[in-house]
Amino acid sequence: MLDNWVILVTSFAYLLILFGIAYYGDRQAGLKKSIISNPYIYSLSLAVYCTAWTFYGSVGRAASSGVNFLPIYLGPTLMAILAWPVLRKIIRISKQNRITSIADFIASRYGKSPILGGMVTLIAVIGIIPYISLQLKAISTSFQIISGQPEMGIGPQMTQHEISQVTTFYIAMILAMFTILFGTRHLDATERHEGMVAAIAFESVIKLVAFLVVGIFVTFGLFNGFEDLFAQALSNENLRHLITLNEQTIGMSDWVWMTLLSFMAVLFLPRQFQVAVIENVNEKHLRKAVWLFPLYLFVINIFVLPIAFGGLLTYPGGVVDADTFVLALPMDHGQAGIALLVFVGGLSAATGMVIVETIALSTMICNDLVMPILLRLRFLDLEKRRDLTRLLLTIRRSSIIIVMLMGYIYFYFIGEFLPLVSIGLMSFAAVSQFAPAIIGGIFWREGSKRGAMYGMLAGFLVWAITLPIPSLASVDLLPQRIIEEGWFGYFWLKPYALFGLEGMGKIAHSMFWSLLFNTGLYVGLSLYSRRNSLEHTQASRFVDVFRYSDDKELSVTWRGTATPADLHSLLRRFMGKRRADHAFSQYAQQRQINIDKLPEADSDFVQFIEKLLAGAVGSSTARAMISTVVKEEHLSVEEVMNLLDETRQVIAYSRKLEQQSKELEAASAELKAANQRLQELDRLKDDFVSTVTHELRTPLTSVRAFSEILHDNADLDLSQRQHFLSIIIKESERLTRLINQLLDLQKIESETMDWHLSPLDIREIIQDAVNATSQLMKEKGVILTEVIPSQPVMVHGDRDRLIQVMLNLISNAIKFSDADNGKIDITLEVEDEQIRVDVRDNGIGIHKEDQELIFQKFRQVHHAESGRPGGSGLGLPITQRIIEYHQGEIWVKSKPNKGATFSFNLPLATSGDRELVEAFSE
Amino acid sequence: MGKKILIVDDEPNIVISLEFLMQQGGYDIEIARDGQEALNKLGSFHPDLVLLDVMLPYMDGFEICQAIRQKPDWNHIKVILLTAKGREVDITKGTALGADAYVTKPFATRELVDKVHEMLEAV
Repeated sequence: MLDNWVILVTSFAYLLILFGIAYYGDRQAGLKKSIISNPYIYSLSLAVYCTAWTFYGSVGRAASSGVNFLPIYLGPTLMAILAWPVLRKIIRISKQNRITSIADFIASRYGKSPILGGMVTLIAVIGIIPYISLQLKAISTSFQIISGQPEMGIGPQMTQHEISQVTTFYIAMILAMFTILFGTRHLDATERHEGMVAAIAFESVIKLVAFLVVGIFVTFGLFNGFEDLFAQALSNENLRHLITLNEQTIGMSDWVWMTLLSFMAVLFLPRQFQVAVIENVNEKHLRKAVWLFPLYLFVINIFVLPIAFGGLLTYPGGVVDADTFVLALPMDHGQAGIALLVFVGGLSAATGMVIVETIALSTMICNDLVMPILLRLRFLDLEKRRDLTRLLLTIRRSSIIIVMLMGYIYFYFIGEFLPLVSIGLMSFAAVSQFAPAIIGGIFWREGSKRGAMYGMLAGFLVWAITLPIPSLASVDLLPQRIIEEGWFGYFWLKPYALFGLEGMGKIAHSMFWSLLFNTGLYVGLSLYSRRNSLEHTQASRFVDVFRYSDDKELSVTWRGTATPADLHSLLRRFMGKRRADHAFSQYAQQRQINIDKLPEADSDFVQFIEKLLAGAVGSSTARAMISTVVKEEHLSVEEVMNLLDETRQVIAYSRKLEQQSKELEAASAELKAANQRLQELDRLKDDFVSTVTHELRTPLTSVRAFSEILHDNADLDLSQRQHFLSIIIKESERLTRLINQLLDLQKIESETMDWHLSPLDIREIIQDAVNATSQLMKEKGVILTEVIPSQPVMVHGDRDRLIQVMLNLISNAIKFSDADNGKIDITLEVEDEQIRVDVRDNGIGIHKEDQELIFQKFRQVHHAESGRPGGSGLGLPITQRIIEYHQGEIWVKSKPNKGATFSFNLPLATSGDRELVEAFSE
Repeated sequence: MGKKILIVDDEPNIVISLEFLMQQGGYDIEIARDGQEALNKLGSFHPDLVLLDVMLPYMDGFEICQAIRQKPDWNHIKVILLTAKGREVDITKGTALGADAYVTKPFATRELVDKVHEMLEAV
């Protein structure tokens, strides 16, 4: 039992701490030092999802239906998978369009429609009020328990009713004040409430800690750990069913529906939209949040079942309301400290929800409900008012109080009679009506305003007649027969068995029908309705948000003019002079223009102003206000479609340009490479010329030197004179040979060589070559061995050229054969339609790495011992080309000091080839 | 004592002609047919002048010239590069590497002899 003043002081101290955090957060934000710009704070702020309903209600639900409390937390885990495609897109869209709330989001998507915005706001308010009332109830109940007013539980005991009502009223008002302080210090709703987010994150920590502490206390303090608890629960007749997932407790389809429901709730509850989208600092925080947030939910749920079992085992027979186990257990075991901590935890869960939810709702009420109506009321003459900022703030503050009051009123009349869980799920089901319009709106260009509007309306009505209204009957506020006999006595309109659908849970049943009607009408009407120009533009802007960058605006909604002065006064009326001036100078700086000198504002400027206004009063009101100062030319749908097409074409065109410039780059790279190749060729040619020059000059040098020596020295003796003259002759021959070979090579390469092809006996060719070189062989003492078939071996070819080939190979062999015991083997073989000739010497051989080189021009192999070989370095290249011309191949096999074998093959001539040969020689 | 000349060339006939010309001029002659041999003989023969062909196997005349200039002991040795490559670049390269003269093949025998005389007398 705790004294009232202890509880009150603690509560106020706690609220003061919260306020301190919020104040600090706001101040840091003002100094551009955001304390919430990290994924951890972001994830914690998402945990505003866990309200007093989680804190107290999960245990209650677990106590009555076991593991069925889980789907509420499975849904958000599902989000981990879908957050990236869905939530990231919503965040991007909202940032680009300065969206202020979920109502604004939907209204903006469907042509900035004020009616749609108002509708979403109404649905949200109606759906959420019970939920807020639930939080108030939770705070007041927990206060009563901890201060010991009711002895046991808080059933519908009328004796306590009055006290409860008074407490709740004060709580509601205190929270309203607190919310006003938190949430409406500024006007621009897109200017994030950094302080509030910081405070919410702090609350998430507190409630987690409090719940874990009580969980540990129950599990390990009152019992001996999980095993003990579960063992006791299993052995208890009444509890066993809670642990097992059997058909009696809940159907599979209910699980699926619950999971889906909470998935939609975590996205579309106004407060979730507020923290996840509006208050998001950086898209990237989402990456971590998608697993941190489910992790948080997992941790906070670990002790739900243990506490439920602990409570049921401690208080058998339902003497204590399961919703209050977390408080009752420590209280009854003399742990006042833990009880107080739990109370603060519950308080944090409730206040977090209430604060964010009312801020979100008040923004919606102001921007999407009250302002559009006020602006339409001509007699108020709002359009002429010079300063509307105070009015806007007043509306927001009043709506906070009103929402809170409505929460209280709901609690006063109805709330006390319904269990926590059913109220929460009802709210979830209400906001899930936004799902088709939002999901369709961001992925489906064709989704139309009419579809969204009627779909949502139908869904909402079905929701109303299947959930909240019949729930009044179940607590005797409406006649019971509605449930038993159906609406207006029609049996197919039974609230819990619509159109005869039975066997589903109430929530699943309502969800099924409402979403069926909602989605059906949304899709159906969208397919058959004509959309206006603004709808087209907005659809494009939302669906293709990733395609348009921040700067490249789709500024096609609009064609018209306005004066900067008009725009300035408009802005001033809604945002005050200081911020209007600031916005103007910011724009001027960005675009580097002087606004004072602008005769009229262009569409870009008008859009800028409209977005600023939208941030303050929502997109539909902003649109309406802008149209009062802008002389617009209304564009037809066709025109807008054309403009949109143009924009798309421009984007496509710029992509094409990009593509082309890439291609150009590639082409220029290719050219560069080609140029390099050309330069390389040039260099090779240069090298070739230089080499040829060198080869020509070398014999010429000897010729000239010896000629001059002979000329200048008439007195040389005869033998020396003879020697020198023979050198001159040899070098001249070398020169001639070189020139001839060069000419041959040039002719072959330029394909101007005259080939005289005829059938030849290759044996004769070999013999001719051998005869021509026999003198040389004799001089060097080389022994020749020939292995030649006795039959003629016919090929087609140019006789002289083939003799040249043989001469080349034989003279090379002579040159390189062993100096003392020179041996040359010539072999002719016929194999597989071709002939092969081998010329083998027994000389120094050729290194592997040189074997390719020797077929290149002017590549000679130098040997350390023999020095530079005679010859031009053109013999083998020419030989190779002649063989290749005859469709043969030439190669060499050799090992150093083991001699070398040059071989070539040629196609064998068949008699049928004769014609071919004749054709060839023409 | 007569001046000493090292002839470095791999064309036997050119070597014969250079040998004849230099002997006629009254110099002591040694012959090297490639870079390694040339470096060996530079060490053992201590020539006053080198007639150095550029197109040599394994190590060309430029490299030999560079090797000579890098060794302080050989700094006084005159180097005449002989080459059948007459391109501007080759001449520039030769002089940049420290050759004292550059003679293009085919050369006028008298001019070469005069140049050798002149360079050896100037020492």
